[in-house]
Amino acid sequence: MDKIPILKLKDLLLVTIQVDMHDRMAHTLQEDLTERVVQDGVKGVLIDISSLEVVDSFIGRMLGNIASATRTLGAETIVVGIRPSVAITIVELGVTLEGVHTALNVDKGMALLQSLIKTSSQEKGT
Amino acid sequence: MGTGKNSKIAEIINNSKEELLENWLKEQKKAKAQHTELISEGELRHRSEELLSLFVRGCLSGLEDTSTEAWSEMRDFLSSISRNNARQGFSPSETATYIFSLKQPVFALLRQELSNEPDALLDEIWTVSKLLDSLGLHSFEEYQRGREEIIERQRQEMIGHSNPVMKIWEGILTVPLIGTLDSERTQVIMENLLQKIVDTESSIVIIEISGVPTVDTEVAQYLFKTVAAAKLMGTECIISGIRPQIAQTMVQLGVAFDDIMTKTTLADALQYAFKQSNLDIVQHQKRA
Repeated sequence: MDKIPILKLKDLLLVTIQVDMHDRMAHTLQEDLTERVVQDGVKGVLIDISSLEVVDSFIGRMLGNIASATRTLGAETIVVGIRPSVAITIVELGVTLEGVHTALNVDKGMALLQSLIKTSSQEKGT
Repeated sequence: MGTGKNSKIAEIINNSKEELLENWLKEQKKAKAQHTELISEGELRHRSEELLSLFVRGCLSGLEDTSTEAWSEMRDFLSSISRNNARQGFSPSETATYIFSLKQPVFALLRQELSNEPDALLDEIWTVSKLLDSLGLHSFEEYQRGREEIIERQRQEMIGHSNPVMKIWEGILTVPLIGTLDSERTQVIMENLLQKIVDTESSIVIIEISGVPTVDTEVAQYLFKTVAAAKLMGTECIISGIRPQIAQTMVQLGVAFDDIMTKTTLADALQYAFKQSNLDIVQHQKRA
């Protein structure tokens, strides 16, 4: 598998990362995502990493890149499903997921996304 | 030293065991070697009798070295006594004196038996003295080990019990921290907290630090880590209970909780948490 499926759900995109990422895969995902954000005109992206057991600086940087790329295109990115052990590793490694919103699970991620979209549209409206 | 001589000590002691035991018990009482309230006289007598017969058995097998196989029974018995002493709260000198108090009665006995062989007497006294010294040291070491075990167990228990993570409202957790934070404790707290976040699907955590004596750069670092990990799980952290002195120390040290919401009391923090969760507290009018 060298492509990660991207699902469209109402006005957001849902990505579930279930395998260990390597360079090319991460790059493809980034490209695919940005393209789909433009194509579908969505306001948010949810990335579920609950099946990942290790998040290293590479994946951390990839998530940060995706977040800033989608934000430029007007969509917020939320990473959901970080496991406790993964969270501890990330903190211990000193990896900063800058500009990335996080939520406990997909449910909460969607709620957060809704409120983010609302505030950003309000800001733009005024 | 020949074997003939060696067996003499054992023989002498064995022949006058009863007398020796009486004298030893008297000696122990005189030296107040044992707390009378911690151990009954009968028990003490029984124990001393057992020890004496083990000593004789040891003497029969060899007088040079108490670390040999032959003395293992004696050593084990002493170990159990010493560890018990540590658990029951006997003082170190009480534990050591127990064995050392055997010296005088044994010396007196030897003197009586070997009164017309001064050379042999001196040799025997030296041998017994060496033996008892090494046994005394052994019992003391065991006592120390027993104490260390107790301390270690208490430390483990403290780590296990002192980091509760409590759910105080739907979606709101609180972690009251009491005592000094170190890296091991922080790790345990973090694990407990993150697991609890997953279990309760909480979105706000209040870390209450009024029980933390000092917040230096190291402790602040631990707090930052915990907050960062919780944030990765999509949870906001509020730190409450910062005392005035701690606030001053933190400013002087240049530690800043810039991105973290801080409140003075748990009540303030809870109020803020309610606001974040879109909850209102309403006071009802009393019905007449």
